[in-house]
Amino acid sequence: MSEPLLEVRDLKVHFPLRGGVSTPGGVVKAVDGISLDLQAGRTLALVGESGCGKSTTAYAVVGLERATSGTIRFDGRDITALKGRERAALAQDIQIVFQDPSSALDPKMTIADSISEPLAIAGRSRADRKARVAELLDRVGLPAALAERLPSALSGGQRQRVVIARALALSPRLLVLDEPVSALDVSIRSQVLNLLLELQRDLGLSYLFISHDLSVVRHIADEAMVLYLGTVAEQGPVDAIFDKPQHPYTKALLSAIPLPDPRAQRNREKIILSGDLPSPLSPPVGCPFVTRCPERIAVCADKRFPLARGDAGTEAACVHIGERAAG
Amino acid sequence: MSERANPMLAIEGLTIEIDGNRIVDGVSLGVETGRILAIVGESGCGKSLTALSVLGLLPNAARVSAGSIRLGGRELTRLSEVELSEVRGNDAAIIFQEPVASLNPLMRVGEQVEEALLLHRGLSRAAAREEAIAIMARVGIPDPARRARQYPFELSGGMCQRIMIASALICRPSLLIADEPTTALDVTIQAQILDLMRRLRDEVGSAIVLITHDMGVVADLADDVCVMYGGRIVESGPVDAIFAEPSHPYTRLLLGTIPKLDGIRKTVLRTIEGMVPPAGAWPEGCRFRTRCPLADEACEQVPPAVAVGASHRAACWHVDRLEAMA
Repeated sequence: MSEPLLEVRDLKVHFPLRGGVSTPGGVVKAVDGISLDLQAGRTLALVGESGCGKSTTAYAVVGLERATSGTIRFDGRDITALKGRERAALAQDIQIVFQDPSSALDPKMTIADSISEPLAIAGRSRADRKARVAELLDRVGLPAALAERLPSALSGGQRQRVVIARALALSPRLLVLDEPVSALDVSIRSQVLNLLLELQRDLGLSYLFISHDLSVVRHIADEAMVLYLGTVAEQGPVDAIFDKPQHPYTKALLSAIPLPDPRAQRNREKIILSGDLPSPLSPPVGCPFVTRCPERIAVCADKRFPLARGDAGTEAACVHIGERAAG
Repeated sequence: MSERANPMLAIEGLTIEIDGNRIVDGVSLGVETGRILAIVGESGCGKSLTALSVLGLLPNAARVSAGSIRLGGRELTRLSEVELSEVRGNDAAIIFQEPVASLNPLMRVGEQVEEALLLHRGLSRAAAREEAIAIMARVGIPDPARRARQYPFELSGGMCQRIMIASALICRPSLLIADEPTTALDVTIQAQILDLMRRLRDEVGSAIVLITHDMGVVADLADDVCVMYGGRIVESGPVDAIFAEPSHPYTRLLLGTIPKLDGIRKTVLRTIEGMVPPAGAWPEGCRFRTRCPLADEACEQVPPAVAVGASHRAACWHVDRLEAMA
């Protein structure tokens, strides 16, 4: 396979906490050794529940969080510790779209000004910017007449289109999409997903797609990575992850999404996990999933297993995968 | 909705106005004991206002301008605030979307579970505590006696939602309203709460009204469904019929926009043209007609709810032309 556009190796993002009167100090290992490859023109989805490290990983890629250790390479170049002007210049290539379009737009700036802000920072001329704004509005399916309006005059779906247009302004190669449709109504969600697929096809964009909505992930992504407490539980092609999940956490996660089909939903086997996620301040010593795993055995409490390739086309960090491969 | 006799909750012609706009317009529905009715729709469709009005919890700007709400045969719309507070937490209870925000952060969770018992049943604190701990165990809170002494910040979101459910159920209400009860929770925790609600329906025998925008949650939990759009019920019926034979163009389109777990990846998803018009800017007649592929002159009149199957109704002039949409 060719050189990946984005290559992350053993990324760790740790947050030291200062102890207080009623809280102990410690270190939250939000991301604890994640590696990933994203090829040009492809979509990699990071999935998992709150505190799994999916957003922190994405923020480290765009430079909104500092990596504690590990490397992040973009197009072969180490961007882990870029600062100042060099980091700013990277905005030409990597952009991020956040979940809530309402808080991502300045309520006092017109749509045209919001979209052209990155162009102005990049030093484009006024005439240039105007033409590009018109082109971008059209590209994301918004009428040109909206250019002089304020965000408050737009619906949630239109605002998210504006945010996407702004992210596209500098013609980036990688878009980090952090729950881009989660705040939208169901009927609007499919419009924005269609737009994202169309943009990828036409512009050859790569997407790092963060989502907790697995039906959306399956629809839009090529590869998926299931995260749990800052580590990778399972990764692989989307079809393999959804059709033949190997890790007990992936299985539980998939079984937990209710299908929009009452008969199928009644008849399927449901894995209901007991308990909550462990505190990220004191994760289990062994496998991170051990406290809730229906398939745990004694060794899981002491030992963490590396990702191993199973026979279904995914890699999973689970003792049972090693067993099968060895046995 | 259901045509069987004597539903526990019966709403007839409910109309709620804000600034002269009919935000909820002529809603009728019924829920029987031991059944779960889901009210489903997008933001601004009026589903939450409908639910809040049952408990007299409407925001100040909103008022019920017509219709009746009967709980166990008793008319609620004409009750005074004092009478309503007798109903709330006792005969009818509600759980909200944000469990952490719905609990009092300065009060131990056990005290919040007991509160309704002290208020409505006049139990001693010791007896109330005993019942509170029993119901906390029943909704799946491990080590309930210790948990009862903790504050909401010491509990996870899923645990806080269990506390909300315990405090809602402690007086054995005949009606439980759940307003997006799992929307703020992670999916594995959502699965636990949905499983809990299903068990409680079977064991406690309350009538449950579930407000949600998530068709998966509807399919998982509901017995009957009302689909709302623009403040009106556009379709209602048993859950299997709604999913197998959606008979209002809006329901059809809405179900079609959801990516299927077994669908073909990266295909163009169905969409609904345009957006939900803001309240007050709805068209005359059928409120969906500006976005509906079947709309014609007939739709300028308000469509009646016509029977399309057993207990299954759709408010559309063109239920016989749905095939034209496919």
